[in-house]
Amino acid sequence: MSNEQIVQDLVAQFGENTIYGIMENYGLLNVQVQPETVVPLMHYLYQHPTFKFQFLTDLAGIHFPNAEGQELGVIYHLHSLENNVRLIIKTYVPISNPVLPTLTGLYACANWMEREAFDFYGILFSGHPNLIRILNDDAMDYHPLRKEYPLEDATREDKIDALFGR
Amino acid sequence: MSEIALVSNPNVGLEKAQENKKYVNDLSTLNLGPTHPATHGIFQNILTMDGETIVDAEQTVGYIHRAFEKIAERRPFYQITTLTDRMNYCSSPINNMGWHITVEKLLGIQVPKRADYIRVIMMELARIADHIICNSILAVDTGAMTGYFYVFQWREHIYEIYEEMCGARLTTNMGRFGGMERDLSPVAIAKIQKLLDEFPKAWSEFGGLCTRNRIFMDRTREVGGISAERALNYGFTGPNLRATGVDYDVRVMNPYSSYQDFKFDIPVGTTGDTYDRFLVRQEEVWQSISIIRQAMENLPEGPFHADAPQYYLPEKAQVYQNMEALIYHFKIVMGEIDAPIGEVYQSVEGGNGEVGFYLVSDGGRSPYRLKMRRPSFIYYQAFTEMIKGSTLSDAIITMSSMNVIAGELDA
Repeated sequence: MSNEQIVQDLVAQFGENTIYGIMENYGLLNVQVQPETVVPLMHYLYQHPTFKFQFLTDLAGIHFPNAEGQELGVIYHLHSLENNVRLIIKTYVPISNPVLPTLTGLYACANWMEREAFDFYGILFSGHPNLIRILNDDAMDYHPLRKEYPLEDATREDKIDALFGR
Repeated sequence: MSEIALVSNPNVGLEKAQENKKYVNDLSTLNLGPTHPATHGIFQNILTMDGETIVDAEQTVGYIHRAFEKIAERRPFYQITTLTDRMNYCSSPINNMGWHITVEKLLGIQVPKRADYIRVIMMELARIADHIICNSILAVDTGAMTGYFYVFQWREHIYEIYEEMCGARLTTNMGRFGGMERDLSPVAIAKIQKLLDEFPKAWSEFGGLCTRNRIFMDRTREVGGISAERALNYGFTGPNLRATGVDYDVRVMNPYSSYQDFKFDIPVGTTGDTYDRFLVRQEEVWQSISIIRQAMENLPEGPFHADAPQYYLPEKAQVYQNMEALIYHFKIVMGEIDAPIGEVYQSVEGGNGEVGFYLVSDGGRSPYRLKMRRPSFIYYQAFTEMIKGSTLSDAIITMSSMNVIAGELDA
């Protein structure tokens, strides 16, 4: 089962306009879909008689501040243990309304992964049973991995040395 | 931003339990942690108890969250190695190597065979150290102190080998992009040889103390079990998944660092209970010893690092004498070397399972995004399901045998 077969099957099933952004990174197939396609696609891959993508390896949030209307993204890492093939599915949502459907109905492990993506990027997963912060303090009112919160510049010069005992 | 209501209810476990009228009168809430001597780390579990039986549990994590993924977006690549140390600090070299292999994939560096083999030796030593900690402390939690002291001197011995290789013991920062920072020294070789000669006796004696021990078996069998289907659904990897009977091992499925050259078995369990997890780790140590032995016997000659002067820190003597070495030294230390644009996912078999690095590089000096797949974080959420209906003392050893490492959990 090769990457071409997966692409052909997915395009035949969902149509060329739904499955796009197809590329290979170091042999790892990447496809991009619209947010509303995520759940049907995941179910299809899970139940497919030969593909059997039944293992959710990881779920990563990402922020591209300059991509208008597609600022926040979620990257799903799937693994078909039987065929030993990995697949990455990407989807992007606007930062003004960052809502994605939850995968907790399909994968139990998606629970904390989605909480982590919510915690750090503010992506809201509709239908999630317990969408609260997981690693950060509950009292925080921002999502720290977004690019608008840069870390301190290593070369800044405006610190007053006396305040730091130097 | 949206109309979705966010649920924030610490009493969710209690409410669920109260739906079941049977328990409604005599339920108590027990706060296990965040610091509790029996949990070996900072974990909080809010348990709903009916007498001695756990009805529900709610975990709180993040007590030692250190924002590694955010810090990584500012640091040059080589400075991120020290962050990976602090994830699973029981087997830091595996995390270090995983990160190096990820970056080498992005940079396109071909690592020489000798460096691969030294890495394999170090990773397997780390796996042994990790499993020594997990299994001997599981024995302590069931009341057997002797075996723990007996095998811990071998963990100390492994840390001395790390010291010989990189100068550090716990947070190792071992290896460089392109290979190792130094070759195996005669002292290191002697120490590894001593481990190969004498550790098997200690490990089999430790196994003898526990494996067929009636008390140990009564405490661990049919405790904290999980089926293979649920384990896969919960994203289990590593020994915890193999204890349920699934033979998924990254070393075999996606070989890295020349693991395809070695012959070893993947031990699997059947029921996925605490006893099976213990046995799988016991056997994995034997396999690791065998891999180290094969690597030492077939250790190839040649350089211990790749010829990649742009990324590999030159030898200090060269820096003083050689103009190019000085330039590269400066550029590497100041983090002024840009990485190519690309996206890489690379995983290695860590002590607890698949340690993955998803690296998005925009061509700058530091990653645009680095997502670390931390196995403890993913499988610890199954803990509630695994301890429901068991007693508090069983919950303690279930957690112990899952080998949840707080540093890895919280990143």
